[in-house]
Amino acid sequence: MTGKLDKFCLVAAVFALLSLVFPLSGVDIDTGKNVAFVSDLPGLASAMVACVVAGVVFTWYGVTSVLRACIVLAVVVFGAWQAVAALYHQGLAGYASYGFWMFIFSLWALVWRAIDVIANYHSLENGKQQTANIIVPVAFGIWLLFLWEVITAGFGVPQVLLPPPSMIGARFASSTGILWDDFRQTFLKAVIAGYVLGCGSGLIVAIAVDRVPFLKRGLLPLGNMVSALPIIGVAPIMVMWFGFDWQSKAAVIVIMTFFPMLVNTVSGLSAAGRLEKDLMATYASGYWSTLFRLRLPAALPFIFNALKINSTLALIGAIVAEFFGTPIVGMGFRISTEVGRMNVDMVWAEIALAALAGTAFYGAVAFAERKVTSWHPSFRVRRH
Amino acid sequence: MTLQAVVNNVAPMAASKDVVVDIQKMSLTFQTADGPVYALSEVDLTINKGEFVSFIGPSGCGKTTLLRVIADLERATGGDILINGVSPQQAREDRSYGYVFQAPALLPWRSIERNVTLPLEIMELSKEERLRRAHEALKLVELNGFEKKFPWQLSGGMQQRASIARALSFDADLLLMDEPFGALDEIVRDHLNEQLLKLWARTNKTVAFVTHSIPEAVFLSSKIVVMSPRPGRIIDVIETDFAKDRTLDIRETPEFLEVAHRVREGLRAGHSYDD
Repeated sequence: MTGKLDKFCLVAAVFALLSLVFPLSGVDIDTGKNVAFVSDLPGLASAMVACVVAGVVFTWYGVTSVLRACIVLAVVVFGAWQAVAALYHQGLAGYASYGFWMFIFSLWALVWRAIDVIANYHSLENGKQQTANIIVPVAFGIWLLFLWEVITAGFGVPQVLLPPPSMIGARFASSTGILWDDFRQTFLKAVIAGYVLGCGSGLIVAIAVDRVPFLKRGLLPLGNMVSALPIIGVAPIMVMWFGFDWQSKAAVIVIMTFFPMLVNTVSGLSAAGRLEKDLMATYASGYWSTLFRLRLPAALPFIFNALKINSTLALIGAIVAEFFGTPIVGMGFRISTEVGRMNVDMVWAEIALAALAGTAFYGAVAFAERKVTSWHPSFRVRRH
Repeated sequence: MTLQAVVNNVAPMAASKDVVVDIQKMSLTFQTADGPVYALSEVDLTINKGEFVSFIGPSGCGKTTLLRVIADLERATGGDILINGVSPQQAREDRSYGYVFQAPALLPWRSIERNVTLPLEIMELSKEERLRRAHEALKLVELNGFEKKFPWQLSGGMQQRASIARALSFDADLLLMDEPFGALDEIVRDHLNEQLLKLWARTNKTVAFVTHSIPEAVFLSSKIVVMSPRPGRIIDVIETDFAKDRTLDIRETPEFLEVAHRVREGLRAGHSYDD
């Protein structure tokens, strides 16, 4: 024993023990069906016992290594599997009661402790460290999905309010054709075009603003105003100007992404130090030579900031703009029509798609940043 | 031949005696919100080819400003200044000097080699020529083998050596150095001073060197320019004749101490303690 009791495991053990005693489901008034106890659900009972054992053992000995944390996680996975099985196959869905929730709470305490241990893991071996770094967010994400599933199913939350993730997943898998069409319309056409045009023009105008002082005084406040325009107001006008197809959505994205790029690049262009500018002067380096060899590279961290901000703005802009008129395809169009038809699972599938696409887009930009500005202090290869 | 003719003949003779920097009655006044600041006043100075000239003085005496005027990073507000017989701006556009700053000022996104080739790139030399010269310059400062490293992977002393290599790479005859070793510790500094001296002896470049260290100035220089603040002016010019292949040991010799004493006296005389 380590001298101190592991409180998280203690809580887990106590609650798992209580869940063995308390009723697992309430009375169904309509059918008069009996309250279910552990004796009715042998699978769940075995998971509860496993939690009690694991809780007691690790309360005493402590979760002192990653191996032990993995054992705890294994117990949690078994428990979660039994809980989901009990909900869907033993009729607990919608009727779960105290005992069941105490068991879930016990699992929560265990998973918290295990993830905490893995998150604090430090290794000199890169491979091991990276594995640990990946396990933590993945395990945490899966746990959140599990909680979502169990709570919606256990309390019988109406699907219109919040469908369980399994249902969203099933809908996602069964409508990949529609999702792909929407993705192509919204992301591959509108987002990419708008993003490239918005960021590109922001960058070019920023260089002009930096070069011509009167633009800095005149154009920058104007750009500020454009960025303050409400997208809800601009989108219908853009639809009138550029038609129903993706061009109008790209235009909305251009308006949204232009200003962050402009402002960031303008401040980035003044990031090069005085010493470096003097250095270029001693080489009699011209304006363009200094711009490309010194000032733009020095501005890259700022430019990438704007690119990252814009990657999320662009997707939001495209989806919202599609609410104001679009051909019968597109993520925003699908969301607005399916919500009207109460097909909330399809809405959630589109939201999941948007989340995936947005994360991948952001991740790609962040990856490019890491490669291109690997010299920047925030990315330099750390040595242990 | 009349005497007048002889005198007339002498003048161009003197001018052709390889004068690199020729400054006459040069002054520089900064206009600030608190009124004019007289950074330099009535400076007269000649630097001949192959000389190692140190500028020494307390902070605010205008030694860095003087160097920056020579480099055309500041403009004199009065007097005349010629570099290689042309204006500083022309000299800068001819790339006739290499400048080493107080900090290495290496671009962090370029490897050491690409930092050294930066001026050569601006001069639009061919790639082979750039690499050849970078290799040579890095060898001069004993940094060969570090070409592919990035500046932040090198120690402070190595970074400053890389910046010297960069100033040497385009083979300007004049080297302007503004307290290049000011931020380094004394051991590294001694080492780099010796290396610099060897470099100077080997390449026969003209060096203008700003420092506020008396031993450094005396050890390195063939000519020491002592300056004083408010307004920045030259109060003494001391010529030394230590052997070109001197080592740090000469710092113990009476001749060295004598020169150092004279520099110190000059600094003391020029410095007003009433503030």
